[in-house]
Amino acid sequence: MSSIPISLLELEDDASSCMVAEDYQKREGKWCAGCGDFGALNAVKRLLAKEQLQPEKMAFVSGIGCSSRFPHYVNAYGFHGIHGRALPIATGLKLARPELDVFVVMGDGDCTSIGAGHWIHATRYNANMTVLLLDNNIYGLTKNQTSPTTPQGYASNTSPRGSVLPALDPLQTTLGVSNASFVAQTADWVPAHLYATLQAAYEHNGFSFIRILQRCPKFTPDVFSDQVKNPDLTELLVHENGVTAPGLEKLFKSTREHDPKDIDEARALAQRTDMLRLGIFFRDDSFPVYDEVRAVPPVTPEEKVQRLEKEFNRYAV
Amino acid sequence: MNQAVSNKTTITSVPEHTVEIITNSGEGAQKCATIFGQTCAKMGNGVWTVEIIPAEIEPPHHTVTSTSGNIVRFGTDKVTNWGDRSKLAIAFNDQVCLSRHRLDSFDDDCIILHENIWETHEDKTIRTMYAEAMEEMSSKNYRFIQVPIEEETLKVVDNPQHGKNMFALGLLAEIYQRDLSIIEKQIAHIFHKKPAKVTELNIQLVKNGMEWARENLNFQFHIETIEPEEDRVVMNGNQACALGAVAAGMEMCAMYPITPATSVSHELASIIENYGGIVHQAEDEIAAAGVALGASYGGKVALTVTSGPGLALKTEFLALAIMTEMPLVVLDVQRGGPSTGLPTKVEQSDLLAAIYGQHGDAPRVVIAPRSIEECFHSMITARRIAETFRCVVIILTDANLATGVQQFTRPRFDVRWQQDPVDFSPLPEGLRPYDWDLETGMSRRIVPGTPGGAHTVTGLAHDENSNVSYDPESNERGAKMRSRKLAVFQSTLMPPEIYGDKEGDILVVGWGSTQGAIEEAVDRACAQGLKVSTCQLTFLSPMEPGLKEIFSRFKKVMTVEINYSDTVGDPYITEETRRYGQLAFLLRAQTLVDVDCWTSCPGQPLRPNDIYNSIIAKNEQGASK
Repeated sequence: MSSIPISLLELEDDASSCMVAEDYQKREGKWCAGCGDFGALNAVKRLLAKEQLQPEKMAFVSGIGCSSRFPHYVNAYGFHGIHGRALPIATGLKLARPELDVFVVMGDGDCTSIGAGHWIHATRYNANMTVLLLDNNIYGLTKNQTSPTTPQGYASNTSPRGSVLPALDPLQTTLGVSNASFVAQTADWVPAHLYATLQAAYEHNGFSFIRILQRCPKFTPDVFSDQVKNPDLTELLVHENGVTAPGLEKLFKSTREHDPKDIDEARALAQRTDMLRLGIFFRDDSFPVYDEVRAVPPVTPEEKVQRLEKEFNRYAV
Repeated sequence: MNQAVSNKTTITSVPEHTVEIITNSGEGAQKCATIFGQTCAKMGNGVWTVEIIPAEIEPPHHTVTSTSGNIVRFGTDKVTNWGDRSKLAIAFNDQVCLSRHRLDSFDDDCIILHENIWETHEDKTIRTMYAEAMEEMSSKNYRFIQVPIEEETLKVVDNPQHGKNMFALGLLAEIYQRDLSIIEKQIAHIFHKKPAKVTELNIQLVKNGMEWARENLNFQFHIETIEPEEDRVVMNGNQACALGAVAAGMEMCAMYPITPATSVSHELASIIENYGGIVHQAEDEIAAAGVALGASYGGKVALTVTSGPGLALKTEFLALAIMTEMPLVVLDVQRGGPSTGLPTKVEQSDLLAAIYGQHGDAPRVVIAPRSIEECFHSMITARRIAETFRCVVIILTDANLATGVQQFTRPRFDVRWQQDPVDFSPLPEGLRPYDWDLETGMSRRIVPGTPGGAHTVTGLAHDENSNVSYDPESNERGAKMRSRKLAVFQSTLMPPEIYGDKEGDILVVGWGSTQGAIEEAVDRACAQGLKVSTCQLTFLSPMEPGLKEIFSRFKKVMTVEINYSDTVGDPYITEETRRYGQLAFLLRAQTLVDVDCWTSCPGQPLRPNDIYNSIIAKNEQGASK
């Protein structure tokens, strides 16, 4: 996986202090060769360089699983937490430190199974953070168990005769939550689209949820192989408020104009299984953002003591 | 007991009294008792109040399970617990009265002011219920006085459900010569958001109650009041915890509703935003711990508030906090367990869960305030310990402290109680995220935003650089450092104070909210000539030092706790198989002293008299050995 250097023309003033994508790589990722997580990491590094984010001004929060090792590989503050529970940590952090850029990285077992409750509610809180669901349709780190997004019929160590239930669709679920404000889908094998989607998510004020379809060469090497080989099986959602990147519309013959403001169409498209769809399904930045609506002005220790004195008058005898 | 007679009314002087008002839930007993208790406190009496609450909001009326009420114990001196049985009661119906009788709540010659509509009710079923209840209660020498509570209330308001409590308050005000002007102020405060008419009507009801008592009762009790020397405040334990959190400078409380802890967050929610903080109501107990932890990661010292079942759910996050050395304060307002147990009732059964309820070796600090005043101060202590030692601090209060109301010396606030500003200065060259001092296990907390400090914290085993590390030496070192810093904290603790002689026959050891009741029982035992002392532990993990030496000066050491323990002689129970009370278990392990215990889990606070009897029994056992 080679890194993508950014154009210096995009940078402002002091070029000597500017950081390039490689500066955001703390150490080499320890994922398997061919893992889609590398693609996500590259796109993230490219975004951080594009935005010239200072390592101390951002935090990556993750749960447990292959993809949750992500923070260890990024030159930033990071919190590698517990399985399914990245979102509460990220929410607490954002409430405490709204000025920090908060990124959350989760896997499909992490987010849509053990952390499903938090996922629903964090979506509704709509705190301003960029949320990456790296969905490889399987539990990888625990070695090949069925996850909620595993396709029906797909065999694993826990469903040797094939998964018996239809897969859970994270897009439909997220789009069904009140106050969901940004829902997009992209894929690790379309780096330009992945990067553009990430950029749009980062710029969105609110809970930006990106499902990144991610290849697992060990356990689900074939779940996306048809789409990887044949771009005609994929439809790009395009719109002036959506995402695009140079060359994408040449690669994908099938495109669809979809206004990301249209929640009904977003839900209808998410439900359809005829093609794989990449793009921004829904985006609306007019919804309440939790860390903004809960913001309170700071109070000095001395002021607190004064106010406490008054408070205690209520209890005085 | 002094008696004086004026206008045919006998006024009996007593050092203290316990009264209870018992109603269907929803009839305002709490409001009546709160005002009465506050009035007593403002007049200079010592006060302790206890709520009698059903787990349901408004169960079917006029049944033994609908009882809602409040017990107020007040006296000339300081009152530290709910005492023994009630001397006077106001009962709105025979069934709620019967439920209290069955719990042996009334003194043998308790005066019971009873609503008079049931005895002669037009519905025969109700008359029969009444007669049967009276028959059952006739085993005691209660003095029933029929009072037309509803009839009198209807003279002022249309709906007696919203008014009988204030008439009852008037009865108490007259019987105990309470200062009406204080009561009026309290009522005005409680109803300040309602139309002025509401306050007027309520005050009228109190006056009518007083007048009825003046004309129809031939007795009063006089409890001397002593003007307090210092400023005092009166509140319940949950309010004290909430105010303590604010005084400690905490700016994040993440919680999920659970009885009996929730009212801490009610209090906080109403004020914390004036102090730069918020209450976040999370989607579940787990997320509440996670959000608190995230806020602590961001530089706060955050609080999460819960009760037993919630503590169980939070354990995975607590282990993460301990592993990553994030400061976190957890308030567990204990209730009866296991499982949903007794949601509104007191128990001290979370001690071992609080200390050991964890996967892996996960040392943390556990403290148990002993009074409502200590509820307040424990929040400040907890925040400071959590921050200084980058650790988890669990505060164990219980339903008795949570809803009990007591007055205490008004705190003198200190800005140093609050957290220092986060140190965002650039890191010195080479400083590592877990740069443990190998002697003390302490290291600098590096908060996101600190230049040059970017690193990833992890729940995985890690080295000084916070790099994931599975090598044996590194894992041993991490475990040692997380434990060592608590040993350093322990070295700052003083041995517990002994209440009574420094040596003797029996030392009673308690923890948390039972202090007042135990000390009262010990006083009675000493008055009987027994050589009994007591000490009440606050720091349970790590423990206060010097226990073994203290224990060696007594022939017998026993704990008194509100939890379960086996009784030797019961089927299958021998000295060898016996399960001990939770503190006794800990003390035996910690000191190798043969610590005995007397425990009980009745879903209510321990009574001094029951503790006294247990001490007498243990003393006799000891004598027979």
